[in-house]
Amino acid sequence: MQEVIIGYQGEMSLKGLNRNQFESALMKILRYRLKDAGRFNVWCGQSTFYMEPEDEDVDLDLAFERVSKVFGLAAVSRSAVCEKDFDAICRTAEAYLGDTLRQVRTFKVEARRADKTFPMDSPALMRELGAYLLEHHPRLKVDVHHPDCKVIVEIRDKGAYVHGPKTPGEGGLPVGTSGRALNLLSGGIDSPVAAYRMAKRGLALDHIHFASPPYTSERARRKVIALAQRTSVYTGSCNLFVVPYTRPQEYIRDNAPAMLFTVLMRRSMMRIASQIAQRQGCGALITGESLAQVASQTVYALRCTDAAQDLPVLRPLIGMDKTEIVETARHIGTFETSILPYEDCCTIFTPPHPKLRPTLEEVLEAEAAMPDLRGLEAEAAEQTERLRIRINDEMELED
Amino acid sequence: MRTDPSLHYLDNAATTLVDPAVADVIHTAMLEHWANPSSLYRPGAESEAAMNHARAQLARTVGCKAKEFYFTSCGSEGNNLALLGGALTKTYGKKIVCSGFEHPSVRRPLEQLASSGWQVVFVPPEADGSFDVDRMLNEVDRSTILVACMMVNNETGARCDVERLAREAKKINPRVMVHVDGVQAWMRLPVKLADSGIDSFTVSGHKIHAPKGVGGLFLTDRLIQSFKAPYLGGEQEREIRPGTENLPYILGLAAAAQKLAPTMKQRTAQVQALNDRLRAGLAAFPTVEINSPAGSVPEILNFSENRIKSETMLSWLSEQQVYVSSASACGRGQPSHTLAAMGRSPRAIDTAIRVSFCADNTPEDVDAFLERFEAGMKTLASF
Repeated sequence: MQEVIIGYQGEMSLKGLNRNQFESALMKILRYRLKDAGRFNVWCGQSTFYMEPEDEDVDLDLAFERVSKVFGLAAVSRSAVCEKDFDAICRTAEAYLGDTLRQVRTFKVEARRADKTFPMDSPALMRELGAYLLEHHPRLKVDVHHPDCKVIVEIRDKGAYVHGPKTPGEGGLPVGTSGRALNLLSGGIDSPVAAYRMAKRGLALDHIHFASPPYTSERARRKVIALAQRTSVYTGSCNLFVVPYTRPQEYIRDNAPAMLFTVLMRRSMMRIASQIAQRQGCGALITGESLAQVASQTVYALRCTDAAQDLPVLRPLIGMDKTEIVETARHIGTFETSILPYEDCCTIFTPPHPKLRPTLEEVLEAEAAMPDLRGLEAEAAEQTERLRIRINDEMELED
Repeated sequence: MRTDPSLHYLDNAATTLVDPAVADVIHTAMLEHWANPSSLYRPGAESEAAMNHARAQLARTVGCKAKEFYFTSCGSEGNNLALLGGALTKTYGKKIVCSGFEHPSVRRPLEQLASSGWQVVFVPPEADGSFDVDRMLNEVDRSTILVACMMVNNETGARCDVERLAREAKKINPRVMVHVDGVQAWMRLPVKLADSGIDSFTVSGHKIHAPKGVGGLFLTDRLIQSFKAPYLGGEQEREIRPGTENLPYILGLAAAAQKLAPTMKQRTAQVQALNDRLRAGLAAFPTVEINSPAGSVPEILNFSENRIKSETMLSWLSEQQVYVSSASACGRGQPSHTLAAMGRSPRAIDTAIRVSFCADNTPEDVDAFLERFEAGMKTLASF
């Protein structure tokens, strides 16, 4: 009995004439992600992706786990393939799902006949296969509303596919189909979640991190690398730019009103990020800001931050509660790393009472009093270090 | 350091550099003593003989019988084994008395026992960081099964008079088990466990220039008949700590101890001079407050500079290969629980630095620290 992995398109199936571009992007990603699970033939037909093992020794469990984290698939399932023949379908269903059916009380058969040349129609197939399975499992009962187990049969061009319930996929769009953006990665809980959410909408990502040694330590830097690696399972391989930000940050602290320190620092970071983004061909910046979470994230402060540079700033967490963000951080496996207690660039020099309602006028005035800031920013951008982050499923966690 | 003048490693309470002579012993043992010490054939018997020789040597360093010295993987394991085993063994009561500034490998097993119905009393240190064993003795009564106190605090170097604690506790309740975490004290202070009233005592290899991954537990033979070890397995280590013994590291542990034991007085004098030099240098900084109480071991000096966060200062110092610590290395950057137990202010805790010496450190290491520290105090911004 041959077993394959099937991936179902979500939002991509709503695309019009350019759908095949999304499909080929996703196939490329799937082929890449399946590489270390063995040789697979990946193809797409009727809005469905098929991943057929080409060797005996493929690791289907690993392949399934990898595929279930790829954006663009609304659901995935492991499925047995057989000839398009009713008896063969019955035998396969029993062989593939018999053990599961023995452990439940109720079931239901769902059939889909994409290949209309198959002689039985879907209702007949459901009825007859249900009757066959009931014969073999006399203690089972049919429950069409809330079954313990669904037996799904799909008659498609290349064969009949029999499988149990689908596993929800990550959804979204294939990474890279919406362009490229630069994510500001601080080391906290929010920014990896922001990267995840934007990658889900098809953005390819690079990260930028501001390091302020010695105020931030080597451990903090390693933590950020670990976060970028952890996120890469979803976002794909990427660059991590580490900006040496000590001098601009000290300069702002020494030359600006303390109350405006945070917003001025955010603007300065945005300017550097914007420079690097444009150099990398990124069309937007991403931040993990959530409205009113801290003083720099009020609408007034965001207005000041946005005015610092031209690129659109995407803030996927702006309307999310911290608890929702934490839930996603746990889902993508970044939470435990994010809460390691090292200082990051956003937590040093912060004034005890930052201004909640800064105006652009006063911010510009404060910047005018810092004539050397732009030069220091240019220097920091110039000295930025680029680290290549490759997808790493077996993270060497630092803790 | 004597071995490398550009390296200023001043975090010897976290771990020490492995002595090359010890590494040689281990390397040779790995190739020569490959047999399992429990095997019946000749190479096995030779391994066992080497191990027993090491055991006897180590037992002498803590003044106990050879058979009372059990090999473990580290100090934390020894503490867990003694405390959890002690609680299982002593069934006549539920009360445990413990000092309030213990290492997590003592504190956390006791907290777990507390959540399972034992009554655990933590006695805090004094505000100056010293520890008054009389306050602890006031808590000991006839229902107390276990008393636990470290001999030298790992963060401040404060010394506790565990010998008196054990003697007096036994007078109040002869059945009580007295456990001492001796990890920071071993090879720094003389230890004589026989007839001391102390029932269990832990030591660790990597604090004395042996590698990480080997340690020892003294467990008095008075307890051996009834002791219920929390581990089950083979018959190694009299079934107290089953598992094939790590013979090469055990031989390394013995070699390290043999080397250090005869030089204790001389090393203490050397390290005291370093400590005095550091204290004199720190006196120039008006914001610095010493957290180590009077009478602490000279190997550890803990202070708060009250201006710059420790994480920042550590990172600054490390740029010049000056390595110190903020609190206990086992806390992984968490604020110091010892300073918190002493009632120090959050700022003092946030800016605490622990410098810890070994005899391989030189006055140049202290000067390098002070020079870089002074530059940091001038250059770095306070928070």
